[in-house]
Amino acid sequence: MVAGTWTAAMPDDPLTRTAYVNARLLDPASGLDASGGIITNGESIVDAGPGIDGTGLPKKTEIIDCGGLCLAPGLVDIRVQIREPGEEHKGTIESAGMSATAGGVTTMVCLPNTMPVIQDMSGVEFVARRARKIGLSKIYPYAAATKDLEGAELTEMGLLAEAGAVAFTDGDKVIKDAQVMRRALTYAKTFGLIVIQRPEEPSLARGGVMNSGEMATRLGLTGIPAVAEIIMVERDLRLVEMTGGRLHFSNISTGEAVRAIGAAKARGFDITCDTAPPYFALNEASVGEYRTFAKLSPPLRSEADRLAVVQGLADGTIDCIASDHAPHDEDSKRLPFGEAAFGGVGLETLLPVSLELYHNGHMKLLDLIAKLTSGPADVMRLGAGQLAKGAPADLSLFDPDQGWQVDADELASKAKNSPFDGRPVQGVVRRTVIDGRTVFVRGA
Amino acid sequence: MADATEPSAYSHRHLLGIEGLSPGEITALLDKSNIFVEQNRAADKKLDSMLGRTVINLFFEGSTRTRTSFELAGKRLSADVINMSVSTSSVGKGETLIDTAMTLNAMHPDVLVVRHGQSGAAQLLSEKMNCAVINAGDGSHEHPTQALLDALTMRRRRGDLAGLRIAICGDIAHSRVARSNILLLVTMGAEVRVVAPLTLLPPGIENLGVEVFHEMKAGLSNCDIVMMLRLQNERMDGNYIPSIREYFHFFGLDYDKLSAAKPDALIMHPGPANRGVEIDSVVADDFSRSVIREQVEMGVAVRMACLDILSANLAAETKRNL
Repeated sequence: MVAGTWTAAMPDDPLTRTAYVNARLLDPASGLDASGGIITNGESIVDAGPGIDGTGLPKKTEIIDCGGLCLAPGLVDIRVQIREPGEEHKGTIESAGMSATAGGVTTMVCLPNTMPVIQDMSGVEFVARRARKIGLSKIYPYAAATKDLEGAELTEMGLLAEAGAVAFTDGDKVIKDAQVMRRALTYAKTFGLIVIQRPEEPSLARGGVMNSGEMATRLGLTGIPAVAEIIMVERDLRLVEMTGGRLHFSNISTGEAVRAIGAAKARGFDITCDTAPPYFALNEASVGEYRTFAKLSPPLRSEADRLAVVQGLADGTIDCIASDHAPHDEDSKRLPFGEAAFGGVGLETLLPVSLELYHNGHMKLLDLIAKLTSGPADVMRLGAGQLAKGAPADLSLFDPDQGWQVDADELASKAKNSPFDGRPVQGVVRRTVIDGRTVFVRGA
Repeated sequence: MADATEPSAYSHRHLLGIEGLSPGEITALLDKSNIFVEQNRAADKKLDSMLGRTVINLFFEGSTRTRTSFELAGKRLSADVINMSVSTSSVGKGETLIDTAMTLNAMHPDVLVVRHGQSGAAQLLSEKMNCAVINAGDGSHEHPTQALLDALTMRRRRGDLAGLRIAICGDIAHSRVARSNILLLVTMGAEVRVVAPLTLLPPGIENLGVEVFHEMKAGLSNCDIVMMLRLQNERMDGNYIPSIREYFHFFGLDYDKLSAAKPDALIMHPGPANRGVEIDSVVADDFSRSVIREQVEMGVAVRMACLDILSANLAAETKRNL
């Protein structure tokens, strides 16, 4: 695939009026899937629709011919680990920004599990300030739900939300104490805030490195049973029922969890959930002969679970897709499987791997794009992910059909640990626009 | 002047809580208290209506103002007052409480004033004692004389309790003061609001007839009375609130939040106040608004009225049984 080029957007760059014409507009928020164009002025969209064809525009308008490719809101990725501050050898805000924009992602929400943990006002402000300075993807932080992610004492949720924290989560750790989770949901509800849980009963997962089952048995690896996820989902659903709190589950990977969440939604619970591409595109067989890039948390599950996650996306039980971007350096992955770190990078493969759901006929293109734009933006109340007049001019222009093969070494991300390394995919991002400024372009 | 021969509308043997009291009974207690307010402001404060009677103050929990207030109330009515402070840490509960009760009962007191850390302790003692029992605070259950002194303070400042809009703010979940005040004020026809983070609101509180708020300015909007509750330090350990800083920012009473209430709204606090936690020091000391000191004064009058009425009721009962 052709390499791209980045231009960091700086606040004092001159802003122009730009018309993106001859595009297939995809705006899930309004249900629009039609040929047309978008006009941006400064940082905002001023018009979008089928009638915009490049004629009748003021003289100084820059016209960009989209060549019939898809023009959608920039992707909104609500689960990204950046590693800065604290583990810059694995990933930085700049590296994540390059990787995100190369993948069409214009807004990221990052987990608080950095060093130090994002759990005070200065941590929240650090992320915002650094992201602005680097001028690539927009970054909003989650803050820790409990102090030092230890699952014991609540953080200052009210003050953190005022400082800009989007929601509250212990990141890749679970809030395991039921009383703490009850209080977190109850306290957060006081201020109308969201708590995020990546569900896994830690005592059942302890020591496990891949999904429980025949594969793990043959490989001689300790398993993490699917029920570890299901138990925590079911427990937390009871706590939501009791407290009336607002909960979001991340990284749903099992069919039973999808069913439990679907049933709770049908009863009117205020819950949402996401999954990540590995859980609808891969299964435990990807571990193959101890491939540590396929060591993820939660682990890749059975084929039946994978199909249930696909179904959950198609029927709306799963609200959105997040990359679950988890960069690691080589030293963390070039180890015996049991000792290797959990997690994979995902920003650049988010769109093409998700597009498999469209190419394989599971979802319509517009519905799929909703899971990557308006869906996550609505869940986290970000006011992004739409092509409406007045919305921020955050756009991604992509060719949904062009094929390429993922080569981890060619990823823009500093870390190369992609579980999709070597996979043939379709879908190439050609241009990424943030606040009206093109920050990434890739030739045909 | 108090006249022990005229039977009061309050005809119960004990005062264990506000729950179950009628508006007429509450009014009788407040009317009697009001008489003692003037008496306490006179140079000669001593009356003889309890001459020869014995009052025991049995406190299983630390208290300064409530115990002193009861002691003074008893002495002003010429009763013999004994103070017993029992550390709950040094004795067990349950059986020991009853053992203590039986011992005291043998000494023939007329009124037992009790404070205990367990809800229902006053009720338990009342079942074992031959004397009148006044609940001076049991666990998170009730503190009836506090609610009466608060009501007397409000009534003297604002007239009729009915129709007043009152916001009770803070740790509702663990507060006996909040429970007794809610029961009394709702019974008297006031509009009662509670304002607190959800972690400090007990389940079902709205069924007590209050309106629930989580935002101070919304809750204080157009209120006549702002009643702040003490935040116990141990609440920090149970994950009820993340920090004092955050609690004060959102729920501490300062002039900005107070501006939502009526311009002449009164500020009340059962004391002792945690300055900079639930109330800004400047607000607590603003005596154009704060009636915290007046509440203490009303406390003595209310306790005199309760002692006086209960000892008269006990005497009348004894006479009937002869």
